[in-house]
Amino acid sequence: MIRLENLSVTIHGAEILSAVSLDIAPGKVTGLVGESGSGKSITALAMMGLLPHGSTASGHAWLDEGDVLAKPEREMCALRGNRVGMIFQEPMTALNPLKTIGDQVAETLMIHRRTTRREAMEIARQRLARVGLPADRFPLNRYPHELSGGQRQRVCIAMAVALNPELLIADEPTTALDVTTQAQILDLLQGLVAEEGMSLLLITHDLAVVSGMADHVAVMQAGRIVEQGPTETLFRTMAHPYTRKLFAASSHQPARMPQAEDTALLCVDRAVRDYATARIGLFGKPGRFRAVNGVSFTLHRGESLGLVGESGCGKSTLTRAILGLDPLQGGAIRLGGQEIHAGPHLDASIRRRMQVVFQDPYGSFNPRWRVERLVAEPFHLSDGRPADMRDRVARALDDVGIEPGAMDRYIHEFSGGQRQRIAIARALITNPELIVLDEAVSALDVRVRAQILDLLARLQEAHGLAYLFISHDLSVVRSVTDRVMVMKSGEIVEEGPTETVFAAPSHDYTKALIAATPTIPADWQGEQHA
Amino acid sequence: MLRYALSRAVSLGLSLLVASVVIFAVIEVIPGDPAAYMLGMNATPDAVAALREQLGLNGTLVSRYLSWAGGMLTGDFGVSYTYKVPVADLVAQRLWISLPLALYALALSTLIAFPVGLLAAARRGGVTDYGIMGTTQLGIAVPNFWFAMLLVLVFAVNLRWFSAGGFPGWQGGLLPGLKALTLPAVALALPQASILARVMRSALIETLGQDYIRTARAKGLSRRQAVLRHALRNALIPVLTIIGLQFSFLLAGAIIIENVFFLPGLGRLVFQAITQRDLIVVESLVMLLVFAVIVVTFLVDLAYAAVDPRLRRRT
Amino acid sequence: MRPGAQLWIGAGLSAVFLLAALLSFAWTPHDVTALNIADKLKPMSATYPLGTDHFGRDILSMLMVGARTSIAVALVAVGIGVGLGVPLGLLAAANRGSLLDEVVMRGNDLIFAFPSLVIAILITAVFGPSALNAILAIGIFNVPVFARVTRGSALSLWTLDYVLAARVAGKGRLRISVEHILPNITNLLIVQGTIQFSLGILAEAALSYVGLGAQPPTPSWGRMLAEAQTMIYTNPALAILPGLAIVAMVLGLNLMGDGLRDLLDPRVRRARG
Repeated sequence: MIRLENLSVTIHGAEILSAVSLDIAPGKVTGLVGESGSGKSITALAMMGLLPHGSTASGHAWLDEGDVLAKPEREMCALRGNRVGMIFQEPMTALNPLKTIGDQVAETLMIHRRTTRREAMEIARQRLARVGLPADRFPLNRYPHELSGGQRQRVCIAMAVALNPELLIADEPTTALDVTTQAQILDLLQGLVAEEGMSLLLITHDLAVVSGMADHVAVMQAGRIVEQGPTETLFRTMAHPYTRKLFAASSHQPARMPQAEDTALLCVDRAVRDYATARIGLFGKPGRFRAVNGVSFTLHRGESLGLVGESGCGKSTLTRAILGLDPLQGGAIRLGGQEIHAGPHLDASIRRRMQVVFQDPYGSFNPRWRVERLVAEPFHLSDGRPADMRDRVARALDDVGIEPGAMDRYIHEFSGGQRQRIAIARALITNPELIVLDEAVSALDVRVRAQILDLLARLQEAHGLAYLFISHDLSVVRSVTDRVMVMKSGEIVEEGPTETVFAAPSHDYTKALIAATPTIPADWQGEQHA
Repeated sequence: MLRYALSRAVSLGLSLLVASVVIFAVIEVIPGDPAAYMLGMNATPDAVAALREQLGLNGTLVSRYLSWAGGMLTGDFGVSYTYKVPVADLVAQRLWISLPLALYALALSTLIAFPVGLLAAARRGGVTDYGIMGTTQLGIAVPNFWFAMLLVLVFAVNLRWFSAGGFPGWQGGLLPGLKALTLPAVALALPQASILARVMRSALIETLGQDYIRTARAKGLSRRQAVLRHALRNALIPVLTIIGLQFSFLLAGAIIIENVFFLPGLGRLVFQAITQRDLIVVESLVMLLVFAVIVVTFLVDLAYAAVDPRLRRRT
Repeated sequence: MRPGAQLWIGAGLSAVFLLAALLSFAWTPHDVTALNIADKLKPMSATYPLGTDHFGRDILSMLMVGARTSIAVALVAVGIGVGLGVPLGLLAAANRGSLLDEVVMRGNDLIFAFPSLVIAILITAVFGPSALNAILAIGIFNVPVFARVTRGSALSLWTLDYVLAARVAGKGRLRISVEHILPNITNLLIVQGTIQFSLGILAEAALSYVGLGAQPPTPSWGRMLAEAQTMIYTNPALAILPGLAIVAMVLGLNLMGDGLRDLLDPRVRRARG
């Protein structure tokens, strides 16, 4: 039994956690949900005794009879990895790049038990096999860079559960992974809990993930647990308004009317895009990798077209080709009948008709420019700056809900959601017909995401825009598009009206994607509307 | 691994080729007639013609380059105009001072820098760290030849522990030779050790912030174990780069330091050769120095691959 | 030491030498070209605040003019490094993986094989020693340093979305390099410039010490040390003073560089709130 009792943490004087109390039952999955900055990870680190420098913790974290917060560092070392294991969000960087996976798993054993290296390696082999990395396909002498993200997360899990700990803390374990990989990792965690009787504390921002995994859920906001209870009861009642807001935002459906016309706007015709891969040594020939393989589709005026697929499927490459950033090796892309050629010589009149909003609200703006200049940058495409440029920037900002006085400020003064609004203003400034939304809401917290989706729906109606909505998140695509395409290994495997595709997918891959997407059971949602 | 080594070796060969062409061009082409240059203003036409003949200047540029480069490859560096002995003999003799001096200094610098950098990183933000950072800041600012003069002043003139200069030769045994090289090596090593310790510290601090260190701590490793087992080897990668660069600075620095201690090494030879306009000696020495630097770069590349599995692709 | 203190101490030290160097154009306590054997090797006094050397020249005046030589050589050498290295680095990064990039990078590697001393030896062997020689030798070596720093940090900026946004706005690589890349690496270049400046002071001193730098009668710190070396037993002050000047100047620049880096590095700034 693990029990947090009035756990409070301050970092450099700022209160991060206040009086958190939580019971983690043995052999069960406890979910801890909240938006970024709510204190979920700090809770976990406090339980591990790994709080950042300058932190002070008060209260208790009982592990059986002992208070973890009161233990000296030496005892904590004996406890970590032995009785409490932990895995983190980013599997790509969580492993030491210079050590083999076998060594890294065996290390947990050798730190805590008197075993020979040979015995430790033997156990490591078994544990790696248990997490789905059998030695015949994944020898112990593999290095992390030879594995995919999902495989690396499996190694991390093997490391964390090597000694059958009583508690495994998983901090956003699948957030960095594709949806099908996420489903596999969640399955694996559930299997480990069932088989080995350990407790799992699952920390996530995703309500759907906890609804499918957890026995008990705690909702966290600004360092406090606002509500907790058995999963189903909590979802059915939602006693706290914050829980209701979170829930509403995560299944938000913007009000929008299909307004697609019959005229084609963007035609992609058997597009092929090859990459040169790194050459191996001085003698090796650079290889070729076909990222986009004969893709054809049409996007109509005023239409919202979704493009979904997992990382590496070629959707970003296709986007870059459509934006005229990279040349095609075959086929053609036409916007309103004019062909798009890559490079700076692409006619400004075509470029003006098509703008883009990127994923990262932090990397999307030159930090040294003021908002006015940032939003006005696409005027480079018109002949000379319009005389009323300032007015037009103000209008675009107003359109996206940013007060025009923001023009004279720098981008670091804005939050992630505000930045994404400014990015949309920049896209609107040339009155384009098409806006490419490249994972434009993926980096945002659910409530901000819902607001931006509403904004996009409103702008589409007001300006008759067409959207190409690229995302790995199926539920978002479902809520905002008229039509959807599913991409896999450089090809479009299925395409059709969004509702049809989601309700009755025909391709196996689409079926797998939809099946892997976590959802909150439909009948849990009834009562909160009452 | 073999493939990687092979590809580095090819690029080593190319670098040497280009470097030799540049040196040849600067020494033999830019001055116009090297023979006239070497003999100075008062040379008679006959003497110039004789020297031209001796230097083989009558061939085409390409054939002259090929015979020079070919000679270098077979150990024939030509004959010194002023010393009238093969340059190879001159160089071999002097190399036995300059090379041990540079290596001695490199060893000192590394041996000092590693523990000091590690200590500073471990005590980050503490008094020890500030002390080390302050001392190394000063160490970087001290010119090595001036530091050498101070060492002479203190340890040779006042304390009389070491001789102020000169070299007894290796024939008297290893120890007297090493003793004569100790002050010069310390003078060379101190500024380099300061730089290396700072690099070591910041590389370690950077590494300690990585996710895999957190993973290691979550496994139950103590801070100390996490540093020794995981951080150290990862921090070695930027440190190796600096050690590689330092070798060329130490070799160049050795040339200067030899002047303070009157050591008959390559440095003395090269300055004498410049004063006497002995282009043949200058050309060979410069090529030799550049050769040493390029070879060390190659070795550092191999060391990278030994440390970092990401460079040893399975093919 | 607090980063702010570091910056101000560094800037203060550097400013002292810069002012002394500037002042030396207009006024020095004594004429450094006039030899006055009668007053040779005088100790410190009111007339000669730091004493005189073996030719009776005023040490303080020599140090002031020496600062001028050092600063001029190092400054021009940094100028050469920035002037050639930064555009090359920007071009290489803008055309990543192209032949141009390859040539620039291999060229850099090649120059790294010629330490400044070796370049100085080559130039001196052909053209004879001079201050210009030192400037060229240090400047040429600075080129790959700046090219590398520029290319490295520019490459990471090229992957950012705002560069993509600029490309979508139809801007060419050159324009993006000037408008978006350069302003965002200026901080880094200023810090690197300070470091190279201090290394240039050290290199100039070393080159003049071995006679490959500034020639008589131009006073330079390195040559003052070379001349003092033979008298180190009798007049150690002659060898100590120029050395201290070098240390103080280089230390000042390094402290200023570190302070600037802490001040300008947004990561450090953000961490401090």
